[in-house]
Amino acid sequence: MKKTLLIIKREYFSRVKKKSFLILTFLVPLLIIGMYALIIALAIKGGDKAVNVEVIDQSKLFEGKLKNSKSINFKTSKLSLAAAKQQVITDEETFVLYIPEHIKSNDKMEMLSQKKAGIGVINDIENQTNEIMRIQLLKDAGINSQTLDSIKPNLTITTKEITIDGEKDSSSVAAMGVGFAAAILIYMSLMIYGSQVMRGIIEEKTNRIIEVVISSVRPFQLMMGKIIGIGLVGLTQFLLWIILSLSLTAIATNVLLKDKFETIKSEMPGAQKSNIGQNPAVNSPAITAISALQTVPFNSIIPLFLMYFLGGYLLYSALFAAVGSAVDSDTETQQFMFPITLPLLFTYIMSFSYIINNPDSTLSIWLSIIPFTSPIAMMVRLPFGVPDWQLAVSILSLIAGFFLTTWVASRIYRIGILMYGKKASFKELIKWFSYKE
Amino acid sequence: MLSIQGIVKQYANHRALNNVSLEIPAGSIFGLLGPNGAGKTSLIRIINQITAPDSGEIFFKGEKLNPSHISKIGYLPEERGLYKKMEIGEQMLYLAQLKGLSKSDANRKIKFWFEKMEMQSWWKKKLEDLSKGMQQKVQFVATIVHDPELIILDEPFSGFDPVNAEIITNEILELNKKGSTIIFSTHRMESVEQLCDRIALIHKSEKILEGRLQDIKNSYRNNTFKLSYSGKIECIETKLFTVIDHSPLSNENIRHLILKISDQFSTNDVLQYLLPQVHIHELSEIIPSIHDIFIQKVKN
Repeated sequence: MKKTLLIIKREYFSRVKKKSFLILTFLVPLLIIGMYALIIALAIKGGDKAVNVEVIDQSKLFEGKLKNSKSINFKTSKLSLAAAKQQVITDEETFVLYIPEHIKSNDKMEMLSQKKAGIGVINDIENQTNEIMRIQLLKDAGINSQTLDSIKPNLTITTKEITIDGEKDSSSVAAMGVGFAAAILIYMSLMIYGSQVMRGIIEEKTNRIIEVVISSVRPFQLMMGKIIGIGLVGLTQFLLWIILSLSLTAIATNVLLKDKFETIKSEMPGAQKSNIGQNPAVNSPAITAISALQTVPFNSIIPLFLMYFLGGYLLYSALFAAVGSAVDSDTETQQFMFPITLPLLFTYIMSFSYIINNPDSTLSIWLSIIPFTSPIAMMVRLPFGVPDWQLAVSILSLIAGFFLTTWVASRIYRIGILMYGKKASFKELIKWFSYKE
Repeated sequence: MLSIQGIVKQYANHRALNNVSLEIPAGSIFGLLGPNGAGKTSLIRIINQITAPDSGEIFFKGEKLNPSHISKIGYLPEERGLYKKMEIGEQMLYLAQLKGLSKSDANRKIKFWFEKMEMQSWWKKKLEDLSKGMQQKVQFVATIVHDPELIILDEPFSGFDPVNAEIITNEILELNKKGSTIIFSTHRMESVEQLCDRIALIHKSEKILEGRLQDIKNSYRNNTFKLSYSGKIECIETKLFTVIDHSPLSNENIRHLILKISDQFSTNDVLQYLLPQVHIHELSEIIPSIHDIFIQKVKN
């Protein structure tokens, strides 16, 4: 036990002290936060520069009713269509909106410009013109404008999960996002840390240090020491990432949201007077994303994520260790790696194509219970809510799974590490497995 | 010190060791010889408890070999290896602690050996920054740093220049003098002659020879002598001896004659016969070298 601890310590510190570990640990959360901040900043700021749109309104229907926004400045133009076209040809910054004389609800308007107008601009104009047209048509139909102003429905759907514990707000978009992210993270970390175990063992084997070490400790101690040591490196990295991300996100959200709420408040009265729907800021994707993320139960997902990472890692790294012991160099690993990575890859693809859309189907449930697929599949299902009994069965079978793979791997490992210069085949591995002590 | 009794090690399609028994007395330098693939490494791995025999037993100082003996054995494998990217000092500390030393003991003993072998300046270096000879030196120290009672050296001189080989030879002899038993496996027969007091020869998974070096050599004497003389032997055909080899006349007028004395006669009889005829410079017995015995045994 003391010796296993020594091995764990060596494996752990020799990796954690590396510069690459520090860089990765501190760079990744900064990148995540950076992206997060960028998205929010863009959402608040909108486009970088407003577009000037000359409006030739031959219908006279929209005169003075188009509202300037951050990205568009409207200007009524007295030019004829031909003159406007000429202007567009000479000046590439000119956008001309042409509205024909007897426009009806399904007619087409034209946007004339050298550069293609952005989708945001087009959408905004379409929304505004449709709204103005609708109000006009309603008025024509005899509904007075005061009635119209007082009727402003704004229906949205908030999803609520109802459990025995009571009901809580949830958001399936945010749940999907978190599930995706967790599944990708688990998949990548199983591959990365698993192959670190494998490469560590190949290194010991090709450097021939193995014989010195196992004249002091049992092969099982060496294998477990390496697996646990590298696993702890993974956990350290995740914990640092979580702590860094949470604290940085907290700071970022506070600063940004504070600003945001103030602008919303100051724009509120205007928004109520406006005829044209809601103030766009309230529907801003940043706000939606943040408030949706706040409904995801991170308190239970983070510990479960770590738990499934650890379980999946122990299960797979034992197999990676067996492969490492059987080969003499990285290049020989291919044929053995394939059957190991296959279930991981399968679940990874299934997660995106199937589980995410059918988190409670029979297949999804099985995938989240079978230990070879559960670390990824369960991550996708978790944010949608998983019954306790399924979680319990899944975790128990994961534990049983890694005991099984560790046992199998250690039997191959103890023989494999002493076999130099021999090309191993699956038949060989089975033979090694069945050698008695 | 070590009593090996009837060891059998079976691999899938070949038997690496077939009923091998050896006695290695305390304080001896024991030469474990044999051609490549004879089963030496398998035996050494079994002694180190890296693998287990299919049958047979090993007793370490009278006790059945068990994991508590690991810290009393030092093993220098033929295939050397240490962590390339790890600092030497840190690496030595790690290996010594794996052998059961406490950190402070390990530190003290490593410092002692580094000083003795003039390696102090290597402490902070990485293994890959050292030359091959220097790496071998590091590995040798790693083998003996925990004061093992039994030291197993597999080809300890490979990769050493003559100066360093001399240093290592002296260290081995000194360790032996201080009480360590040494098992020494090598193909360099001159080091066996120089160092070993006992040897065993393993061939095709079986032990075919074991005993005191001197006894074995004596048992292979066959009354062959080398005679150096000047002058002319009148009648070289005699019932006293048979001629095996006769050199031509050399510059100094000295000729060499390799002769085998017939069973019922002695050197005195031969001298009496030759003295009147020639001037004798030297008559000495040719004792077979371990090299010759090895080749003779393995070829048969």
